Amino acid sequence: MADAVMVPDISRTVQKWRSKPGSLIMALHEIQNRYGYVPRNVSLQLAQLMNVPLARIYEVITFYNYFRLEPPGKHNLSVCMGTACYLKGAPALLDTLKNELHVEEGETTPDGEFHLESVRCVGCCGLAPVVVANGETLAKVGVNAIGGLLARCRNEQKED
Amino acid sequence: MAKMTFEELDRVREEQRERTAKTSWIRIGTSTCGVAAGAEAVVRAVSDEVRRRDLPVEVQRVGCLGLCYAEPLMEVNVAGAPRTLYGEVGVETALRIVEEHVVNGRPVAGLAMPGVESLGVPDVPSNGTKQVRIVLRNCGMLDPTKIEDAIGRDAYQGLKRALSELGPEGVIAEMKASGLRGRGGAGYPTWLKWKFLREAPGTEKYMICNADEGDPGAYMDRGVLEGDPHAVIEGMLIACFATGCSTGYFYIRAEYPLAIDRIEGALRQARRMGLLGKNIMGTDFCCDLEVRLGAGAFVCGEETALMHSIEGRRGTPRPRPPFPAQHGLWGKPTNINNVETFANIGPIMARGGAWFGGYGTETSRGTKVFAVTGKVRHSGLVEIPMGTTLREVVVDICGGVAGNHRIKAVQTGGPSGGVIPAPLLDTPISYETLQALGSIMGSGGMIVMDETDSMIDIALFYTGFCVEESCGKCAPCRLGGKQMHLLLEKIRSGKASWSDIGTMRRLCTTMQKASLCGLGQTAPNPVLSTLRYFEDEYRAVIVGAPA
Repeated sequence: MADAVMVPDISRTVQKWRSKPGSLIMALHEIQNRYGYVPRNVSLQLAQLMNVPLARIYEVITFYNYFRLEPPGKHNLSVCMGTACYLKGAPALLDTLKNELHVEEGETTPDGEFHLESVRCVGCCGLAPVVVANGETLAKVGVNAIGGLLARCRNEQKED
Repeated sequence: MAKMTFEELDRVREEQRERTAKTSWIRIGTSTCGVAAGAEAVVRAVSDEVRRRDLPVEVQRVGCLGLCYAEPLMEVNVAGAPRTLYGEVGVETALRIVEEHVVNGRPVAGLAMPGVESLGVPDVPSNGTKQVRIVLRNCGMLDPTKIEDAIGRDAYQGLKRALSELGPEGVIAEMKASGLRGRGGAGYPTWLKWKFLREAPGTEKYMICNADEGDPGAYMDRGVLEGDPHAVIEGMLIACFATGCSTGYFYIRAEYPLAIDRIEGALRQARRMGLLGKNIMGTDFCCDLEVRLGAGAFVCGEETALMHSIEGRRGTPRPRPPFPAQHGLWGKPTNINNVETFANIGPIMARGGAWFGGYGTETSRGTKVFAVTGKVRHSGLVEIPMGTTLREVVVDICGGVAGNHRIKAVQTGGPSGGVIPAPLLDTPISYETLQALGSIMGSGGMIVMDETDSMIDIALFYTGFCVEESCGKCAPCRLGGKQMHLLLEKIRSGKASWSDIGTMRRLCTTMQKASLCGLGQTAPNPVLSTLRYFEDEYRAVIVGAPA
């Protein structure tokens, strides 16, 4: 199904950025915003339409932490590992999430429901430690709040 | 809309000022930290309540006041009652404040934040807080999505003076008089960089705003981008005018979605008003600014890496010289300054370099914004004149360490900086003094640590960061960083011998001298500074350490 909408979407992206110099990264951002990651077949199309070698696209994708080659989970949890969060207990949060979800950093649960990762710093240091759940920044997260957070995510998906 | 001219700018300003003076308002901070603390629910509840009761008060969404520990923040100004700022406002509290303060005209006792009346008023070192807000002048004072609000608070007055009165040479002279040095951390005189670019041959030149705030534990730039985007745009325009650029780029990290939105929105408004694009304010100055996004690479804060990234390539640095002023973006002369540097420019042009230079110390002029976080009671953004002591920032302004603990050290400069132990906190802050202590000014991260924090752990944290963020291009950083990290782990696990310390010191020296860019050159700083001030902690875990 995704393939059906891919062609028009990416041609719009290409149209917008092709004439501007150095816009590969901007095009990749648009693609990742649309699909949650950069699918290989989209990279192939992008290479063709923007007239750049596929290797150029992959060297950029793999250099930058932000770009993903795998689809994200339905719920994405990022534990901030900035210095302030680190000092205020972020490692314990990450460990708890790893144990609860049985995944390592950067992995998705086998059912595709949760993706866990750590991020560098979301710049919310005044309210450390911080977890970003599905794009929403949660402040002053304690280890004992993790259970509730996961339950909320699971309930949401039942309501869907 | 009338065509933007110098007169029109002043007319909009006057109109906005009159309007503001007549308006009763409730301001709620909705920057990233406010939102994280639940500000959106407060905005909804308060807006509904105001509508339901048909109250003559405007609910405004504003940027970050810097008092992050007390988010969500709500400030109320209605006729007949003193203007009051409330902290830690939940939905219930907010509705109570509406009832008692807005409807009955009585500020709610016990909920008001003390001593913050004059935050956001430059020239008035606020009583009790010692802050002087130049960069943060408008953060929390206006709706960052409304250009009229910004104009009402003097946005683009500096650009007006630059265009109408100073001319490019005059702008650079004013910058020289101000003594402003780069706020990204390196502290290079801004006027000199601009002069180099102005004198560089060629007509195609570029201006870049480095908004890739990668230092973990710092968010000064996010605060300004989200809370007062026009301050940064105005600074960029003045810089472009002085140096002869017609194109500028904001390089913003992708992890700051709200900041990106705010800058893009502000650019659209400025363009529509004739403050950006062709013939700005009716002069022959033409300039456009665009946004380019980072993608999560700390090394892209380094200027040559950053330019590679804007060119759509891997963000790896290259040796300097040639410096960007000769050979920059797409090989053309380029200048890069940090967000905070640009945010200072408008007021410097409007009020003069001498005014700005009146703050600070002999060699470090003006103010500096710090993000004070970690084990501190009142974490947040603080702007103080240079020369203020570390203790005044951490203890007097931010309330010292929370709980029954004591300050052990303050870390400045992030992964490129070092720790400063508690006995040295009476040091006045300037580029030189912090460097003499083995740290750096950096971009403004200031992380407070108490006696429960292990310094070896801190050194490990930062070297781990640098190992992951090393781009891999040069061996000293790629290999040296990894070996340094392994040695630290060995030390922490109690398996190291004293000779490992010597090996680590040699590695540090090699990285400092031989790395290609700032990332590798400064990566040893956290290790060296913890060794310098907390060698005891290393001795304690090394068997057979000499007494």
